[in-house]
Amino acid sequence: MAAESGKIDPMHQFEVQTIWDGFNIAGHQIAFTNSALWMCIAALVLWAFMLGGMKRAVVPGRWQMLVENFTGFIDSMLAQNIGKEGRAYLPYIFSLFMFILFANVLGLLPLGLVGIHPFTFTSHFTVTGVLAILSFSIVLIVGFWKHGLKFFSLFVPHGTPLWLIWLIPAIEFVSFMVRPFSLGLRLFVAMIAGHILLKVLAGFVINAGNAGIIPGLGVGIPSFALMVGISALEILVAGIQAYVFALLTSLYINDAEHLH
Amino acid sequence: MDAEAAKLIGAGLAAIGAGMAAIGVGNVFGSFLEGALRNPGAADGQQGRLFIGFAAAELLGLLAFVVAMILIFVA
Repeated sequence: MAAESGKIDPMHQFEVQTIWDGFNIAGHQIAFTNSALWMCIAALVLWAFMLGGMKRAVVPGRWQMLVENFTGFIDSMLAQNIGKEGRAYLPYIFSLFMFILFANVLGLLPLGLVGIHPFTFTSHFTVTGVLAILSFSIVLIVGFWKHGLKFFSLFVPHGTPLWLIWLIPAIEFVSFMVRPFSLGLRLFVAMIAGHILLKVLAGFVINAGNAGIIPGLGVGIPSFALMVGISALEILVAGIQAYVFALLTSLYINDAEHLH
Repeated sequence: MDAEAAKLIGAGLAAIGAGMAAIGVGNVFGSFLEGALRNPGAADGQQGRLFIGFAAAELLGLLAFVVAMILIFVA
């Protein structure tokens, strides 16, 4: 990419390209894009991963141990943060965590070597925003279902002094309403920042290699070493961001379950 | 100063915010490690709180990054 011009275009990897034109509904083109394709791939890989581990053998093999480790991890997180009511949310939080994790890791795979360009769909706010709205609406539905209008007491924490009763609900309301934005924004920006960093460093390596042997050794090799390190960091970030998304969702659901 | 230069200077200034978030994240993990080494038995139970603190500190750095990206590509 852009080897001759020497100009790095780190945003090109985030372009949504149409694969199949799809159909037209009321003036809107519903197309099948590379984003949708990679969502399907992530779902398929996740399905295959779970299928291999759900054999329910009495003596579990390695694969089943791996899957059971994941479910146990999410289950203990919910038990810790929500309590025994948390079991009801296990399917949602588990699917959310695994889908985001698989999406992040699939986007990092070096498939470009064989000519397939992975598309990290979690690097788009439309995708993470929808996931965040999903979590937020579960909080609203559960809260109003269980507590009715008492749910609004969420905005007045216990022990609020009477003379602050005009201020605290306003602050709590803002912090409540900003949750879906911060939830979606965090995942999307963390993914986009890491991918831009990797592409910029890759541009350094290519341009330094083209500039001759001295810049190639002096700039290219250190940049490449840095890329290896950053790639390892990105795998860590992919896991942490999926975990943080699931953790914060479970905390918000805890608020809806128990008020505070 | 023309508008294009001002945008790029603003984007560069937003990097200060990213550096500040780095201090914040380092503080979160450093303090956790300090406490965890004093009482390793209690460390595992606090991992959830560790990541909540990490997420809150990190978000502000990511917001600084968003400001820089908006200045370069959108504004």
